[in-house]
Order: sequence, then C-alpha cells, then structure tokens
Amino acid sequence: MSIPNVGAPAGRVGGFDRVTGRQRYIADLRLEDALHVKLVTLPCARARIVGIDTSEAARVPGVRAVFTAADLPDPMPRYGVHYDDRPVLAVGETKFHGEPVAAVAADTLDAAREAAGLVTVDYEELPPVLDVRGALDPAAPLVVDPDLRPGDPLADTNIRREFRYAWGDVDAATADLVIENTYTFPMVTHFAIEPHGFAVSSDESGVIVWSSIQHPYILQRVMARVLGLPWSKVRVIAPDPGGAFGGKGYPKFEPLLAFMSMASGRPCRLVLTLEETFQAVRRNSAEVRIRTGFDSDGRLRFQDIGADFLMGAYVDISERVISKSSHLAAGPYRVPNARILARALHSHTPPSTAMRGFGTPQFTWALEQQMDEAARRLGLDRLEIRLRNLARKGEEIVPNDTPADGDWFESVQKAVDAIGWSGPLPEGRARGLAVGIKSSATAGAAYSIVRFLYDGSVLVLVGTSDMGQGARTILTQIVSDELGVPPDAVTIVMGDTAAAPFDYSTSASRSTVFMGSSVMRGCADLKDQVRSIAARLRGLPPDDIGVDRGMVTFPDGEEKGIVEVVQEGLGPVGGELIAVASMRGEADPSHPIGGRPWFYEFNCTAVELEVDRLTGEVLIHKHVTVGDVGKAINPLQVESQDEGAAIMGLGHTLMEHLVLDEHGRIANLGALDYRIPTTKDLPLDLESVIVENEDGPGPYGAKGVGEGGLLCVAAAVASAVSEATGVVIRDLPLTPERIWRAMSRAGVTPSGASRR
Amino acid sequence: MNRQTMTISLDVNGQRHVLDTAAHHSLLDVLRNDLDLIGTKECCAEGECGACTVWMDGKAVNSCLVLAVEADGGEITTIEGLAGEGELSPLQSAFIEEGAVQCGFCIPGMVMAAAYLLEHNERPTEAEIREALSGNLCRCAGYKRIVRAVQRAAGSGP
Repeated sequence: MSIPNVGAPAGRVGGFDRVTGRQRYIADLRLEDALHVKLVTLPCARARIVGIDTSEAARVPGVRAVFTAADLPDPMPRYGVHYDDRPVLAVGETKFHGEPVAAVAADTLDAAREAAGLVTVDYEELPPVLDVRGALDPAAPLVVDPDLRPGDPLADTNIRREFRYAWGDVDAATADLVIENTYTFPMVTHFAIEPHGFAVSSDESGVIVWSSIQHPYILQRVMARVLGLPWSKVRVIAPDPGGAFGGKGYPKFEPLLAFMSMASGRPCRLVLTLEETFQAVRRNSAEVRIRTGFDSDGRLRFQDIGADFLMGAYVDISERVISKSSHLAAGPYRVPNARILARALHSHTPPSTAMRGFGTPQFTWALEQQMDEAARRLGLDRLEIRLRNLARKGEEIVPNDTPADGDWFESVQKAVDAIGWSGPLPEGRARGLAVGIKSSATAGAAYSIVRFLYDGSVLVLVGTSDMGQGARTILTQIVSDELGVPPDAVTIVMGDTAAAPFDYSTSASRSTVFMGSSVMRGCADLKDQVRSIAARLRGLPPDDIGVDRGMVTFPDGEEKGIVEVVQEGLGPVGGELIAVASMRGEADPSHPIGGRPWFYEFNCTAVELEVDRLTGEVLIHKHVTVGDVGKAINPLQVESQDEGAAIMGLGHTLMEHLVLDEHGRIANLGALDYRIPTTKDLPLDLESVIVENEDGPGPYGAKGVGEGGLLCVAAAVASAVSEATGVVIRDLPLTPERIWRAMSRAGVTPSGASRR
Repeated sequence: MNRQTMTISLDVNGQRHVLDTAAHHSLLDVLRNDLDLIGTKECCAEGECGACTVWMDGKAVNSCLVLAVEADGGEITTIEGLAGEGELSPLQSAFIEEGAVQCGFCIPGMVMAAAYLLEHNERPTEAEIREALSGNLCRCAGYKRIVRAVQRAAGSGP
C-alpha cells in the first residue's frame, strides 16, 4: 500500500452503520419471546421495607412474574467488583433512591409498567446519609450493615477504606508561604446518550447475558460467581456501547435478570430510562482539604492533602478510583514532602463508579487552584509557577513510581502558544491555564487471536469494546500496516466472550497500548509463520526470507504477496494461519496501587474567556487542549476524543451537578433539569493539539488518550474567572448564580472588577 | 391504564403502513417497535436530547413527543429514508469524513436535524448551525466536528 495507515486520519470503522442508523445497540436487539422488565422503586433514599403486596400487579394481563426479595435465594445473593456488597433486590432496607425493591416481568413493556405501578410497598422512611459531614457524624446511621463487613475494623463507621501515602516529612518541612483551602467537586453523571440496557436468557446449558458493558469479562466473572456457574457457562454478548465514559464498566441489573429468566423460563430484557440510568451511576463527589507549602520563589515544599470521596451505597469500582487517584494527588510536580489521606465513604446515594479521569479531576481542581493562589500571593505569573515545579522527563514525581514519561514542558508551551498567553487581551477578557495528569493502567492482560484467512483477509478476535473511542479503527490500522492487508479486508470481532479471548477491561485509556500491543504481537507471529512456509516451499532457511507489509522477499530478489505464499503452503485443502497473542502487565503486590502505571496521560488546558458582570455567565472565546500521546495512530480520533473530553469537562465546570433533596432523591433527574453542554455551550474556538514524541509503551510509541482533555478544564476556567473578576470560587460548578453571588459579595460592579 | 388502540396510517420513507397503536404510544414507539426502524434512537423520552429526531410532514420533530395517533396520515422520514439503500447522502458522508461520529448513538437524530436545516437554509452560518443543532445532545464528540460536517455538506466550509 502506498501510504501507511498508522498515523493517518483513517475513517472510523463502523462509521457507515452509525450515520445510517444500522448500528445495533443493546436496545435494538430483538430477542424472541423476551419478557420486558420494569423496576419498582420507592420515592426516597432510605426506607425500611415493611411489606410488599404484589397481588394486584400479578393480575395485570401479560404479567409473568413479580419478583421481590422473597423470590430470591435466602440469604440474598450479593455481587460486586471489589466486594459482594450489592443485593440483587433490596432486602430489609433500601440504600439509595432508585434501588429496586421489586421487579415485574411481562409480555409487553406496557404491561410491565402498569403492573410496576400497582405493586404496593409498605415502608417506613428513615433518615438518610447524603453528604460527607453526614457520613462522618458519629451519630450517623450505618449505610452498610456491619455483619456484611466481617473482620473490617471500620465496619462500625461509614468509612469503607482509608488510603494513606506519604513521602519526605511534611511536619518537618519549612515553607515561606502556606495556603490552606477546601475544594468541593460535585456529583455528576455520565449521561451517555444511550441509556443502559441488559438482557439475559437461561437454560440448563447456562446463561447468555447481553449488556451495554465496557468490560464483558468482568461481567462474566461476576455473573458466574453470583449464579454459581463455571465461567464457560456464562456467555456475555456486548454490543458496542452508545457512549460509556466509565459508567458502563460494571454489572448493574444483569444478576436480577438472570434470576428472573431462570424463574420464568423466558429471556428477560430491561432497558433503563435515562432517569433510571442517572440513578444507576455517577461520578464520586469529593471534598478536598489541601495545605500547600511554597518557597518564596514559588517552589513547592509540601502538599498535605485530605480527601473525602462520597461513594454511595455500594462500592462498585470506587475504592480503586480513590486509591489510585489519591496516589497521584500531588500532581505532575516535584513535591519533596507529601502526605495524602483519602477516605472512601458510604452514603445513601446512588453508587458511584469510574468516570473519565477516574478520581483525578477532583484532585486537580484543588491542586491547580492552589498554584494560582500561590502565584497571586507571591506575585508570580501563573504559568511561571507551574514551570518552576513541573517534573522534567525522567524525573520521579511519586517515589518508587513511574517517572515523568513525557516532555510535559512541550505540552505546556504548545498551549501557551495556541492561547497566546502573554499577548494583549481584548477588553473584559482573561486567560487561564492548568495542567493535569492521570495514571494509566497498572496491570492487565489483553489476549487476541489474529486469523489470516485463505483469501488473504484477516479476522481479529478481541475482548475490547468499541464505545466510541474507536478501538476497532485503531486495531484495523495496525493490522493493515503490519500484514499489508487493505483495511476493508480486516474484520475486528468484539463483544462476545464465546468468540473473543480474555481482555481485562476497556478502561484507563488502555486499549491502544494493551490490546494494540497484543495484536501487534499476533501480526508478528503470523509473519513468522509466513516466513516458515516460504522457507519450506523454497528449501531455504527462514532467516533468508523477508516478510514486510504484505510482501515476501526471497534472497534472489523475487517478491511474492503473502497470500500467494500462504495459499501455496496450505495447498488445495485450504486452512488458515492463526496467531494467539497476549500483552500482560503483571500486578505488583508490593506497590501501593498494585503496580506502576504503564504511562501517564498529561494534559495542559488553556482558555480565554469573559464573564458577564451582570449575570455571572461565562463565555469561552477559546479553549485549547494539549495532550501528550506518544504517537497518534489516528490523529483524527485523538483530536476528536480530546475535544469531547474538553467539552465533558466544561460540563462539570460550568453546569453539571446532581442536586439531592432531603429525601435523598435526585431533584434534577433527567435531561430537562440536568444540563450538559450543547452546541451553544461550545467555546467559540476549540483547538486540540497533539504532542508526539513516540515515547509511550504502546505500538509505535503510543500512549493512551481520551481522558486527559477533561482533567484540568475546571481549574483552567476558574483561573481565568478569578483573573477576570477578582473572586475565587472553590466549589463546582461555576454556575452564573455562583459567580454572580461571589462577585456581589466581593463588591464587583458591572463596570469593573474590585481587585482584592 | 388505558388499553385503547386506534388504527392509524403512516407514510414512512415512502412506504404506507396501516397499523393499530395504543393511544399512549409515541411515534418513536411505533417506528422502533412496530415498524422495526431502529435507526431512530431513544434517550431522554422528554424532548430534550434530540436522539429521536425524524421529519414529520416536512418538519423536524422529536418523535418521542409526538403521539402516534397525532401522526395519523402523516408523512414521516427517518434516518433509514435519508438516502437509498447502501448509499450515503452528502451530509452523512461529511459526518464520516469530518470525524464527527464517535459512539454514534446521537448521530441519526443529529443527521436528521442537520438535514432539516440544510433543506431550509442551503448556506447556514456557523451560528445558525449551532442554533439548529442545539436540541441534539452529543456526549462524545464535543460538537466541533459535527458543525464542520454540516458546513462541509453545505459547501460553506469552516
């Protein structure tokens, strides 16, 4: 082929189906004879269930089953990723608004909905724990029954785990300037445009689970455990998710559907409404208390960080979110002394889970504002104080961890150039800049099967999910280049544990590095097989034969296509070449977070904006996001993912937060009241810039991408807002009301800022 | 619950359908469940996200907000009817070429809203495109390339 695919802005594999409406997502699957399931929930977070009357519901025509805890095994089966803590249905007491107490299965969705409305629950509402202060109150009710936490020294508290990391000696460290503040980061929700959906069919041979899940193999493990089945009897079929962002990582209602399917003998399907999806997943809210010491020249002396993350009723993957992000809480800087305590708290709120950035945006929000405040107090430029502290490539940031793995100064410089950091500002405008860093995967295993078929086309089987990030496209580009096969002749099979081998997960921006490397190895293996065949056919030693980009080269200079050689070698009976490959990153139990990150995602974001002095509204004129990606295998996908991350970041920066009422219900439940950015919220100019030094651990020097663009958006915007108005806001989101109130308190007038 | 059904007639993508529908079912329900036109997507079901955008009698509508009985006698165009089988309209091609598509779930509605704009405004400005698509939510792509795709299809360039 004339041009390599790797490095080119190749079109999205699956693009045709997506623009024509042919792409089948979970809700588009039709299962013959399937029952429709509707959940029954209570209008409050925490309640004691006194009794449930299902008789009227059961009389609705078409209803096949009405399930309550009494219809499930006793003790109630529980499941989860870290702990088996989540009941299949609420038993005794509900723990959050949206937790089902019963479920109806019926021939039609209409019948299921009608019957769900006729289930009568006698309950007594109990006071809920809804925030950090409430969770830590010694008199607070315990969210989790201590009997479910045997041997856990924290079982009689709402603290699930505490994570402590320290280096140097914070108490002994001296500083010319000490700044102490508390920052809050709200509950926000993923709001993938596709609501979650699930289906299960069961018979004596096992269960088939359909789910819009990112990690089919984790679902397989959890389902096998809760159902008492061997893994081989649990087949997970995962259609491409319609957006996920971490929210579709872990099991939700699949176990419930399995029990209902086993009882009814029919497949059961449940597609959540958007409101139910909001109640199913969210990002961890956090309160970060931070005390930072600086030298008079702005160099960091210490970071003393305490963070409380409100996980919600069940742990899901949040413990990992908190332990991993807090390990890197001191950011991309040289910090000689640090002490970090992060606590994972339970509350009567929807369970939180992974979400783009994985705990890091919460810390970055605090960390970067501290840098700004130090700059103001020391009379330094906000860029300069960052440059004085930013780690150079190869420098350690957390002791005994992966050192700085990129030229981060180059990223900052690109952002500075693109935003024109020191250039003249139009009247009423201000600029802000921030940096952010996130650890990638620390361990994992990605297996692939690469099959070179007789006609020269290639089938690749992987357990990775394509949820919009474009994994199919990237893997196609790699295979196409490595084997010299046109992209159209490459098919990537995903989303079926009965077809594709194990992949640990599609998370932590790992797929290009892990699965990309696995597939590269598969291609290398195939090339070796071709070499052996060619050697056998010619009676030559394999080392004398070259195989590159689809061509076999013999010592006499003759060239032949791979396909010809393979067909000749396999003969008229036919056959195929198969490579089984893997990329493993072993866990390191001696490391505080189970292993060193394979790479970092580093981002620098810069904005230029104005604040309406009358309304507090922010108008972003320019937004620049710069990511250090090692190598952009597909620059179009890298840029557009970073743009998407930037806009998602603007969501929690300017408008998004789940508001709870006194009953623990989400007050802004649904698209009408929970706002995410629209085309009209887009910055007037949005620019995504890539730094490529081919210094990553993935194919061709790639690092992972997709999360970086979100990490420091809030801090960059807040920096500019402070510059424009003179007020400092430490709580997100920066709604017009919040900014207006802060300006009013500070006496900022419409005609000009009152700088303090 | 009202289990009353009514017989309605719809012209969908040039094909006439006569069917019985429950009085409370939306046009979206009928398209997806009765006619198996799954290209039209459901997300918020309250007219905020635009994923279910189709054309009814020449106007772009949120099909989740239109009762099927209200659509009786109507002429409907869905994403499946925008171009011939196996073909792409210039707008659909532009979405692919500009990299405007990520997970794709919002795209059918986005394309239908954008196509409606171009029907009525051959050379929209960037501001007009943003306005026309402001009722269509996308969570993956950051909108910039979606706007560009519409500009490319309109030949108005970024």
